Amino acid sequence: MVNHYYFTERDVYRLEKQAIQIREDIISMIYKAKAGHPGGSLSAVEMVTALYFHVLNIDPCHPDWADRDRFVLSKGHACPVMYAALARRGYFKPTYLDTLREYHSILQGHPDMNKTPGVDMSTGSLGNGLSVGVGMAMSGKLHKQDYMTYVLLGDGETQEGLVWEAAMAAAHHNLKNLVAIVDCNGVQINGWTNDVMTVEPLADKWRAFGWRVIEINGHDMKEILTALHTAKTMCHPTVILMRTVKGKGISFMEDDSKWHGAAPNDDEMIKSICEIKKGGVV
Amino acid sequence: MGKVLATRMAFGQELMKIAKTNENFVVCSADTKTCGIEKFGQVFPGREFSFGIAEQNLVAGAAGLASCGNKVFLATFAVFASMRACEQVRTFICYPKLNVTVIGTHAGLQVGGDGATHAAIEDVAIMRSFPNMTVVQPADAISSKALAHAAVEFTGPLYIRLHRNPVADFYNPETYVFEWGKANTVVDYGTDMTFIVSGILLKKAVDAANILREQGIYVRVIDMSTIKPLDENAILKAAKETGAIMTIEDHTIYGGLGSAVSEVVVQKCLVPMEIVGIQDRFGESGDTELIYKDHNMDVDSIVFKAKNLFQRKRSVTLSPHELRNDTV
Repeated sequence: MVNHYYFTERDVYRLEKQAIQIREDIISMIYKAKAGHPGGSLSAVEMVTALYFHVLNIDPCHPDWADRDRFVLSKGHACPVMYAALARRGYFKPTYLDTLREYHSILQGHPDMNKTPGVDMSTGSLGNGLSVGVGMAMSGKLHKQDYMTYVLLGDGETQEGLVWEAAMAAAHHNLKNLVAIVDCNGVQINGWTNDVMTVEPLADKWRAFGWRVIEINGHDMKEILTALHTAKTMCHPTVILMRTVKGKGISFMEDDSKWHGAAPNDDEMIKSICEIKKGGVV
Repeated sequence: MGKVLATRMAFGQELMKIAKTNENFVVCSADTKTCGIEKFGQVFPGREFSFGIAEQNLVAGAAGLASCGNKVFLATFAVFASMRACEQVRTFICYPKLNVTVIGTHAGLQVGGDGATHAAIEDVAIMRSFPNMTVVQPADAISSKALAHAAVEFTGPLYIRLHRNPVADFYNPETYVFEWGKANTVVDYGTDMTFIVSGILLKKAVDAANILREQGIYVRVIDMSTIKPLDENAILKAAKETGAIMTIEDHTIYGGLGSAVSEVVVQKCLVPMEIVGIQDRFGESGDTELIYKDHNMDVDSIVFKAKNLFQRKRSVTLSPHELRNDTV
């Protein structure tokens, strides 16, 4: 099922290795900041790595390049994963990661497009990113630019009504240059998403709104790369529903809502780094 | 005299005219009849984006368009722009400083029959509290047209407050010049007090000033079309030279022009003030002029309040001895 025309085994190996570095960065910066959101950052590591290190048509030397692909982190609290990817991709020095959440840092607690090079839209208030993506995709169509717009949402985030206003608009305007990615880690701040407010059946909902749906394992690099390639070739707006594990890669954080927004202590930090370095990914 | 036009229609018509020669902006709409730019897409195909009845999506979508370098005008009722989409205006337009002009129409009590749900009486208070936001409202069709030209050239978050019904033209199109953040002295009969007005009540304020002049109270009237950033110098000048200020606006007395002017007066040059505006009540259906009267915003009420203010000014400036012998 894997089409090696657009990625190779070597790419997969490279990206999986990069993902380990990203995970380490996430935990280190949240540990140093003594605050942040590790769970939802870790569940999105493979997807964000695939985007920034293989898929997105971007230029770190020219963050404002008009024809670049857009990426909107609608689940803005997961910004450590984006900050790590931006730093490792060359938008700014990785030493900046140590300044997460500090006063006057370029790395705010939620993304700020005017402070952080490479951030296409300030986010943090859930439910808004897909609407912004709709506007970006409209602009691409208007000016006949061939960039893609990718928006990463949380599954709990789809409880926000605005997500569905945006979904409706994207289908109405046939924004085939727009890809939504839902990080279905099944956990939100107060517990299992299905206990807080059921969002399933998500695939049926998106289909009913006129979207093409691709369902994948969000920790399988080959599935991610295949899905992203397929999404780009679709004639309709496409959503990738990726099944993930919140806190993926750190045993005691996995599937535990406690780690939605908490920083590890010294012992937990050491344990986390050991587990990540062992390559507990995929 | 030309055809009498509502500020909203004057703005929309002028924007359509400008669009013929200026391709540098797009329009976003949400299925309302706001200011006549609902036809924008028919006249300029591809440059209007319909978001349906979905104001939050309208505003956040406009932010996405603006983030890609487009100058965006979005139009909806002021009540929806300021409240249904309040957070989107704040967090996705003002916070990232995006080049979006929010056109809020049907402001104040002038919605008439539509009643409280559609009457934006608190939009200025909301919009002016956002960092990076500029807030402006024209007094008539002439100034509204001039504002349309200025808005096209403006960069950054902008809120334009427009009224529903036609109002008589006040300004002369040959001489009127719109200037950002600059108050405009429209009548200067003397130094008994200053009326600071924003929006369509300017005509009522001037009518009241004329009546007061006949009764021996000489008023200066200034049009504060830009509510944020406020022309502080004009307020201080009014306070120092006339010693009393009355603000007049079609907005709740809490948080609008009256509050904005008070903030300057209280901190920098204390003088007696009176705030004319919507009392702490929701609007309701009915004839606009009757509703204005009910909120003491009609010409007679302005005259009455001005006399009271004049008394207060005198009681502050006169000594107790002088006061006892005062016959005014």
